[in-house]
Amino acid sequence: MLAWTLYLSFAAALASFGAARCCPALSRWIALLSSLGGLTLGIAGAWALPSGGGLLTLVKVPWIPLLGAEYHLAADGISVVLVWLTGLAATAGVLFSWNVSHRAGEFFGWYLTLVGAVYGVFLSWDLLLFFVFYEIAIVPKYFLIAIWGSTRREYGAMKLALYSFAGSAAVLIGLIAAYLLVGGNTFDLTHLSTRPLSEASQSWLFGLIFLGFAVLAGLWPFHTWAPTGHVAAPTAASMLLAGVIMKLGAYGCLRVALTLFPAGLAAWAGVFGALAGIGILWGALVALRQTDFKFVIGYSSVSHMGFVMLGLVAGTSLGLSGAVFQMFSHGIIAGLLFAVVGRMVYDRCHTRNLDELSQQRLAHVLPFTAITFTLAGLASMGLPGFSGFVAELQVLTGAWTRFPVWVAIAGIGLIVGVAYTLRVIQLVFFSGETTVPSPAPSEPLEPISLPEKLGAGMLLTATLVVGLYPRLLLDWILPALQTPLFAELRRRTGW
Amino acid sequence: MTPLDYGELLRTFSTELVLLFLAGLVLFLDLRRGLGETVACRTRRATGLTAVGLVFAGITLFAFPPLGDAPGGTFVLRSLTLWLKAALLILSFTSLLLLADTEFTPHVGEFCALFLLATEGLLLMVGTENLLMLFIALELSSLSLYGLTALNQRLRTSTEAALKYFFVGSTAAAFTLFGISLLYGLTGTIQFSTLATRASALTGDPLLWLALALTIAGFGFKIAAVPFHAWAPDVYQAAPGPVAALVASGSKLAGFFVLLRLLQTGLGPLAGSAGWLQFTSGWLPVLAVLALTSMLVGNLAALAQTSLRRLVAWSAIAQAGYALIGLMGTPEAGEPALLYFAFTYGLAVIGVFGVLGVLETSGEPDRFESLTGLWRRSPALAICLTTFVLSLAGIPPLAGFFGKLFLFIAAARRGGSLELLWLVVVALGLSVVSLYYYLRILKPVLVADPATDSRPLNPPPVTLLTLITLAAALLILGCVPQLLFLGMAWLSKQ
Amino acid sequence: MNDWPLLTLLTFTPLAGALLLLRVPAPWVRATGRCISALGLLQVAWLLTRFDTSSGALQLVQKVPWIPSLGVDYFVGVDGLSVLLVALSALLVPFALEVAGAERAGDRNFSALILVLQMALFGTFTALNFIHWFLHWELALVPAYFLIKLWGREDRRGAATQFFVYTFGGSVAMLVAMQAVYLAAGTFDLIQLRELAASGELARRLPERLPGWGENLGLLLFLGVFLGLAVKVPLVPFHGWLAPTYASAPPCVTLLLTGAMSKMGVYGFLRILLPVFPHQTQTLLGPLVALAVITILFAAFAALAQPDLRRMLAYSSMNHLGYALLGLLVAMDPAARSIAGASAATTALSGVVLQLFNHGLTAAALFACVELLERRTNGVSRFDQLGGLRTVAPVFAGLMGISVFASLGLPGLNGFIGEFLIFAGVFPIAPLAALLSLIGLLVSAWFLLNLLQRVFQGPLVELGRSFTDLTVREIVTLVPAVTLMFLLGIVPQLALAFINPTIQRFFTPLTP
Repeated sequence: MLAWTLYLSFAAALASFGAARCCPALSRWIALLSSLGGLTLGIAGAWALPSGGGLLTLVKVPWIPLLGAEYHLAADGISVVLVWLTGLAATAGVLFSWNVSHRAGEFFGWYLTLVGAVYGVFLSWDLLLFFVFYEIAIVPKYFLIAIWGSTRREYGAMKLALYSFAGSAAVLIGLIAAYLLVGGNTFDLTHLSTRPLSEASQSWLFGLIFLGFAVLAGLWPFHTWAPTGHVAAPTAASMLLAGVIMKLGAYGCLRVALTLFPAGLAAWAGVFGALAGIGILWGALVALRQTDFKFVIGYSSVSHMGFVMLGLVAGTSLGLSGAVFQMFSHGIIAGLLFAVVGRMVYDRCHTRNLDELSQQRLAHVLPFTAITFTLAGLASMGLPGFSGFVAELQVLTGAWTRFPVWVAIAGIGLIVGVAYTLRVIQLVFFSGETTVPSPAPSEPLEPISLPEKLGAGMLLTATLVVGLYPRLLLDWILPALQTPLFAELRRRTGW
Repeated sequence: MTPLDYGELLRTFSTELVLLFLAGLVLFLDLRRGLGETVACRTRRATGLTAVGLVFAGITLFAFPPLGDAPGGTFVLRSLTLWLKAALLILSFTSLLLLADTEFTPHVGEFCALFLLATEGLLLMVGTENLLMLFIALELSSLSLYGLTALNQRLRTSTEAALKYFFVGSTAAAFTLFGISLLYGLTGTIQFSTLATRASALTGDPLLWLALALTIAGFGFKIAAVPFHAWAPDVYQAAPGPVAALVASGSKLAGFFVLLRLLQTGLGPLAGSAGWLQFTSGWLPVLAVLALTSMLVGNLAALAQTSLRRLVAWSAIAQAGYALIGLMGTPEAGEPALLYFAFTYGLAVIGVFGVLGVLETSGEPDRFESLTGLWRRSPALAICLTTFVLSLAGIPPLAGFFGKLFLFIAAARRGGSLELLWLVVVALGLSVVSLYYYLRILKPVLVADPATDSRPLNPPPVTLLTLITLAAALLILGCVPQLLFLGMAWLSKQ
Repeated sequence: MNDWPLLTLLTFTPLAGALLLLRVPAPWVRATGRCISALGLLQVAWLLTRFDTSSGALQLVQKVPWIPSLGVDYFVGVDGLSVLLVALSALLVPFALEVAGAERAGDRNFSALILVLQMALFGTFTALNFIHWFLHWELALVPAYFLIKLWGREDRRGAATQFFVYTFGGSVAMLVAMQAVYLAAGTFDLIQLRELAASGELARRLPERLPGWGENLGLLLFLGVFLGLAVKVPLVPFHGWLAPTYASAPPCVTLLLTGAMSKMGVYGFLRILLPVFPHQTQTLLGPLVALAVITILFAAFAALAQPDLRRMLAYSSMNHLGYALLGLLVAMDPAARSIAGASAATTALSGVVLQLFNHGLTAAALFACVELLERRTNGVSRFDQLGGLRTVAPVFAGLMGISVFASLGLPGLNGFIGEFLIFAGVFPIAPLAALLSLIGLLVSAWFLLNLLQRVFQGPLVELGRSFTDLTVREIVTLVPAVTLMFLLGIVPQLALAFINPTIQRFFTPLTP
C-alpha cells in the first residue's frame, strides 16, 4: 500500500499537466486529493510493517539485469516516518498554494512530480533506484522556482539545480565504485550491507558519499544554495524544499553512507561533526542579521539541518533517532514558517523587508498569522512541548560523548536561535505598538482563507502532538535502528 | 567459414541491395514525375517513398536470416550486427521523416538518393570485419554526407560547411587509409580476427603505434572527438535538419561501433592501461586523452554558444567524450553500454533537430530567443524538447541517464580496481557543467512568457508524430532500459 | 503507584481555562478568569487538606512512562519542599488578576497568558523528572515574555527579549549539563538521581560513561546547571535582566514574576542542584556562599540607590532571595555533619522554604500596591514625584506599610520567621556570612523604611491631589494577603507543619 503513495503522486502529476490547458482550477483539487491520499496511504500502509522493526518489502522485480538493479521498494520504521512527513508537508503545501493562478496546472504538475520522487527516494531499497528518484527530483525543483518564484528566481533555481546535481554526481561516483568493489552484481541495500568492504575503501567511500548527500542537506559550507533557493522559491516549493528535500540528503547520508560504510564514520566524524556544529551556529548568526523575512527562515533552516547532521555523525542510537526525529520535526516547522512568510504575509503585504513590515501592525490586522507564527517560532526555538525540543534533546544527548564541544556550540546556536526568532516576531508582528499608529492601509488586507487555516492547523497539530507524545514516532524509529541493517554501525560505535 | 554462393550472398546482402535499388528508384521517379510540381509536394512524395523503402529494407533484415561470414570477413553477421543495422535503419528513418514538411532544396531526388547511400554506407560499416571494406563503407557514407550537407540551399553557409566537412573528412580518410596500409604492412592481414593475433606479437613496435594513431584519427573524425571535431559546429549549424540529424545519430552510432570493434576485437591485446598514474602505452591512454579533451572542450565551448544548433554540436562533441569512456570499458560491459547510449543519444538528438526544424520552417532564426514561450506557443513541442534536452543532460528517468550510467560502469569495470574511475569523475563533473547549458535552453522554452507579437506554432503532423514517438521512446527506454537489451537478445537469436 | 491525579488536574486546569478564554464572548472573560483561578485555589485547598503533614515523603505521586528511550517519565508529586510553592502559585494568580484591573483582566489574551503561566508554575513545582520539569521551566518564559512585551511600559524596548534570552541561555547550559548526567546515570528521574548521587554511584559512573574528561567533569556539569539556576534567581553577576524587566512589566505581572517565578530558581537549587551534585557543592561552597553574600549586599545597596519604586523593589527581591540561597548553602557545609550542625542546617532549610512562601506573598503584595499606586498616578512611580500620600490615602498607606514591614522582617509578620530561622541556622555554621548578611538586613531595613518615608510621609506632591484612597474592591483584594501575613507571622506552624518532615528526609542524603 505504501508504494501507492508514489504511483498516486505521479499519476496525479500527469493528470495535473493534462488539466493545464483546459481546466487549471481542477489541478489543485487533483493535487489536494493526491497528497491527502498519499498521507492516508502512508499512515495506513505503515501498519503492515512487521512489529519489532523489520523491513516490509513492497515491490521487488528485476529491472536492469545487465547491472543487477531491481525495482525494489521497501520500508522500515525510518522510511515510514519520513513518508508521513512528506504526506503532511505536501498536503500543507497544496493548501497554501490554493491561490496560485498563473499556470496552475503546470505548477501542481511539477509539484506532484517532486512529491512522487521524494516518496520514491524514501521507499527505495535498491541503490540505483534510490539514485534515480533522487535525480528525478532535481528538474521539478528548477522549474518550480524558475517559473513561479520571486527574488532572483532564475539565479536561485539554477544555483540550486547545479548544487544538487554536483552533490549527486559525487554520490554517483561513490555508488559506482561501491557497486564494483563489492561485486556480486547487485544494488540491493540489504545485500550490500552484508558484504562490507575493506576499511580503506569504506573510508573514502563514506567521505565521498556523505559529502555528496550532505550538499543537499545543507551542510556548511556547501549550503549556500539553500537560502538563495528557498527565498527565490514560491511558498509551496519553499515548504517542500526546506521541509522535505533537504531531508533527502540527510536520509541518503543515513541510508547509504552510514549503513554501508560504517568504518568510514570513525575517520570522518570529526570533520563532519565540526561542519555540522559550525553550521548550527553560523546559520543562526547570519539569520540574526537579515533584513528580509524569508532569508531569516532560510538561514534558520541551515541551522536546524546542522542538528540533523550532528546527530547522524554522532552515530549513537540517540543521535540517529534524534536526527530522524529532527528531520520530521523541522520538516513540519519549516513548512509552517515558510507558509506564514510567503503565503500569509508576503502575498498580502507584498514586502518581506522587516522594517517595512514593522510599520504595518500585523498583530492587529492578521491575528491568526501572528499566533501561528509565534507558535511556529517557539517550536523552531526548541521550546519544550514542541517536536523540536525532543529532537534537539536526543541529538545533543546522543552527540555529547563524542562531540561535547559541538554540543556546547549548538547550545549557543540555540540561544542565538531564540534571539533571531524573537527579533523577527517582534519586528514583523508586535512592533508599531508604541509608535503612532500608521495610517490605515489603502485597502484592508485579505483575511486568512480556509485552506491556509487548515494547513496551518495541520502542521501545528503535528508538531505539538509529536512534541508532547514523541513515542508516536520513536516507536517506529527505534526498532528500525535495531535491525541487522545497522548491526555493523552498532558494533563500531558501541550502542 | 562456409563459402557462399551468389544466391546466399544476395540474401545476406539483401538490405543493402534494397537500399541501393531504392536510391536509384527515388532519383528516377523524382526526375520523371516531379518536373512541374512544387518542391513541397515533391519532397513529401520522395520522403514517403524513401520511408517506405527503409521500412522494407528493415523487413528484409529479418526475412533473410544471417548466414555467417563472407570470405575474408567482408561481411559479418554477428548477433549484434542485425540489431545494429536495425538501429541504424530506425535512426535513418526517423531523420528522414524530418524532411517531410520542409522545402529547402529543389534537388529532392538527389537528396533522398544520397541519404539512402549514406545509410547504406553506415550499414556496410557495421557489417564488416575487414579493414578495406570498412574503408570503402566509410567513404561511401562520408561522401554522401558531404553532398547532403551542401543541399541546404536556404543557407549560404551550407556550402561552406560542406566544404569544411569534405576537407576535414578527406584528410581523416587519408589518415585512416595510411594507417590501414601500415597495419597491413606490419601484420599482413586486413581481417580483424587475424589482426589481433598478429598485432600482439608486435607490441612495442613504434610503427604499430603510428598505425594505430592514424586509424583512430580517422574514426575520431567520424564521431567528432577532439581534435578532429572542427567540422562539427559548422555542419550541425548549416546542414539541412535531416542531414544534421543523421550525422549526429546514425553516423555516430556506426562510428562508435566500428571503433569498438576495431579496437576491442582487432587490437585488443594492445590496449595498454589508462589508470590514474599508471599509464602504459596502448590505445587506452590515447582514448583517454581524446575523451578528456572532447569532454572539456565540448562542454566548455557549449557554455558560450548563442546558436542552438552550434550548442548541439559542441554538446555532441562532449557526448562523444563520454562514449569514448564507455569504449574504454571491458568488452562485455562496454558493448551494450555503448550501443544503448549511442542509440538513445541518437533518438534524442534527432528529436532536437526536429524541433529546431519546425522553428526554422516558421522563419525563426537559430537563436535562444526563438524558443521563448514555446510552452504556450506549442505545448507539444515544448514537452518534446524538454524530454530530448533532459535526456541529453542525463536526467532520469530518461534514457540519457542510463546511457551515461552504463558507459561509466563499463569503464570502471576495466582492470578490476577502478583504475579508470578518475575519468568518470571528470565526466560527471563536466556533466554538472552541461546541466547548466541544457537548462539554459529550457529556460526560454518553459519559463519565459512568449513575446507579445508571437503567434502559436503548429508543427506539421508528420513531424509532430515523429517527435512524440521519439520522446515516448526515450521515456520508455529510460524507465525500462532492459527493453533494448531484450531486443538485442531476441534479434541475436534470429 | 498512581494516586488520584490531583496534581495533573491542577496543572491542566489553567490550560483548559486559557483555551476556554479564547472562545468565550468578551464580557465573560473576566468572570471566566476569576472562576478558573478560583477553581485552582479550591484544588489547592483540597490538596493541602489531603497532604499528610506527618510524612516527609512524596505524596500524590503520578508516574507514567513518556519517552522511555530517553529515560523521561511524566512524574509528578509534592512534598514539603514544593507544596507551599504550589499553594503560592494558586494564591497569587487570582490576586494578580484582580489587581490587574477591569481592562486588562477583561482582555482575553492577557488572562489567557496569565493562566498559561500558572500552568507552567504548577508544572515546575510538581515535576520530578528533569525533562518534564524543564518543559515547564521553559514554558514559563513564553507567557512572561508576551505579558511584558504587550502590556509593559514604554521603555520596554528590549526588556522582554533580554529577559527571555538571558534565561533561555542559562537554561541551555543547564540542559547540556543534565544531558551528560543522563548519559552517566541512565535516567532523568530526579529522585533516582538524588539516590545515585548520594550513594556515590553517579560519581563513579561519570568517568566511566564519559571518559576523557578527567576529574573535573562533575564540576563542569555542576557549573552548567548552576548557571541556569543562577540566572533565574538571580545571582550576581547574572542579574542584568532583573531591573529592566521588573521596571518594564506591569506591576500586576511583576507580582507573578517576583512572587512565583523567582522562586523557581531557588526551588531548582533545592530539587536539582544540591541533590544531584552534593560533592561539587561542597567543593565550591566557599565561593558559592561568597556569591550569595555578595548578592545580598549588592542588591541591598543597589536598592538604596534606585530612583523608582519598581526598581527598588526588584533589588529588594533579589536581596531576599540571597538570604534563601545562603540558608540553602550552609546545609551543605561540612560543619553541618555534627549534631549541632545538623540541627542548625535543618533550621536553615526550614527557614528557606518558609521564606520562599513568605517572600512570595509579601513581594506580591508590595507590587500589588505599586500597581494600585500607579493606577492613580498615571504610571508614575519615581520617588522624586511622590510624597505625602498618607494624608490622602491613609488606608492605602496602612496596607502598604504592613507589607513593607513584613518584607522588612518585623516580628509578628510573616517575613520575620523565615529570616530568623535562616539566620539561626546560618550563624552557627558560617558566622562570617551571617554577619555580613546582617549588614544586608540592616541596609534593606533602611531602604524599605526610606521607601515608606518618601512615598507616604512629607509634603503632599502635585500628583497627590488627585490621589484617591483605595476603593472597597481594592481593599478586599489586599486584605486576604495582609491577613495571611499576620496569620503566618503569629502562627508560623501552619506553614512549618508542611515543611518540617520533608526537611528531615531531605537533609540526610545531602551530607554523605
